[in-house]
Amino acid sequence: MGDWFPLWLSLRVALAATAIAGTLGVALAYLLAKARFRGRGVIEAVVTLPIVLPPTVLGFYLLTNLGVGSPIGRAWEDAFGRPLVFTQTAAVIAASVSALPFVVRTVRAAIETVDPRVEAAARVAGLPEWRVAALVTLPMARRGVGAGMALGFARALGDFGATVMVAGNIPGQTQTLPVKVFDAVQAGDLAAARTGSLVLGAIAVVVLLAVTQLSGQRL
Amino acid sequence: MTTLDVDVTTTAGTFTVEARFTAGPGITALFGPSGAGKSVTLATVAGLLRPERGAIAIDGRTVADAAADLHVPTQERGLGMVFQHAALLPHRTPLDNVALAVRDATSRQARRQRSQDLLDQVGAGHLATSPTSALSGGEQQRVALARALAGDPTLLLLDEPFSALDQASRRALRDLVGRLVADRGMTAVLVTHDLADVEALASRTVVYEPGRTT
Repeated sequence: MGDWFPLWLSLRVALAATAIAGTLGVALAYLLAKARFRGRGVIEAVVTLPIVLPPTVLGFYLLTNLGVGSPIGRAWEDAFGRPLVFTQTAAVIAASVSALPFVVRTVRAAIETVDPRVEAAARVAGLPEWRVAALVTLPMARRGVGAGMALGFARALGDFGATVMVAGNIPGQTQTLPVKVFDAVQAGDLAAARTGSLVLGAIAVVVLLAVTQLSGQRL
Repeated sequence: MTTLDVDVTTTAGTFTVEARFTAGPGITALFGPSGAGKSVTLATVAGLLRPERGAIAIDGRTVADAAADLHVPTQERGLGMVFQHAALLPHRTPLDNVALAVRDATSRQARRQRSQDLLDQVGAGHLATSPTSALSGGEQQRVALARALAGDPTLLLLDEPFSALDQASRRALRDLVGRLVADRGMTAVLVTHDLADVEALASRTVVYEPGRTT
């Protein structure tokens, strides 16, 4: 594989998406684990949707909501002078949406296993709720937070369907490694497809080993 | 001299507890068998549970009133609490655990000094920077006691603080609690199912039978 651009783009997109889905995902996981409010089930369903929707369908929804004809797309174009879709930013958004449910579900499960007695003790000790979250709950759930981030990263790195719909397949601009693999197979370049697949497979294995380590489980 | 007035009914799950008592300076024991609802009452006083009926007042200030839908958050009730399990932050040192609860320190240094003083007072000064998870049950309870005192509470709630300890630690901690409450002139409520705790510490006893106090 002479062209390293797709790998670097994939890594950059996945890191940015992990930062976005990680921040949003931890906040949502905390809310879903702790708060009781109307509409909680709806939020939960919407957040989980990217797991069950075909990636191309997810991509289609993103395309219609971010495209030049949409309010968000128009606002973006007014602000930055160019469309949002078929850019690296669009790839980051697609990867973030794909990664979000993996972060939320993993982190939420970890938050729910934190001993409520320790949180109660912190409240009695005078800590306001945000400090209980920052100093007690999240640090005690840190392995789950780490595992959620790792899974989110792996999902973001491997996204194909949603990315290709909203960011396209522009070599040297928006072509991520999974898209490059597809492209190579279409073009009959099996050597390039094999190399790309090997790299993505190796990264996935490393990430899964990290998740296993963080979850305290053995394979 | 703090007075605690309790007249509440609390439901936790399928379990309903009525409690009516007044506690003044010294240690008031809530005594009864496991499952009688003593800890539910204490959690209601702490503000960790809301009463279904009735009210709680600390020094005449109502902190919970079901009829008026009044619920002062736990953090604002000015009390300290020790649980059956120390419930310390395992990823922080004993000193940090206490420091988190120190409220009025002007600087980080003052906060740490005050935490060290508190640990010294409960005989755990030498453990200040040990890994919390490596402490014995008795040592953890001493740190939890120091944390409960960090806000200078006038009301101390003790929820079976000795029951997970071995006999020697239990006696030592019992003596320590009795001395601290007396020295500081605190009002303390002790939940226990052990008659020896009542005999050693209580100046007043509220007897629990399943579902109500007598």
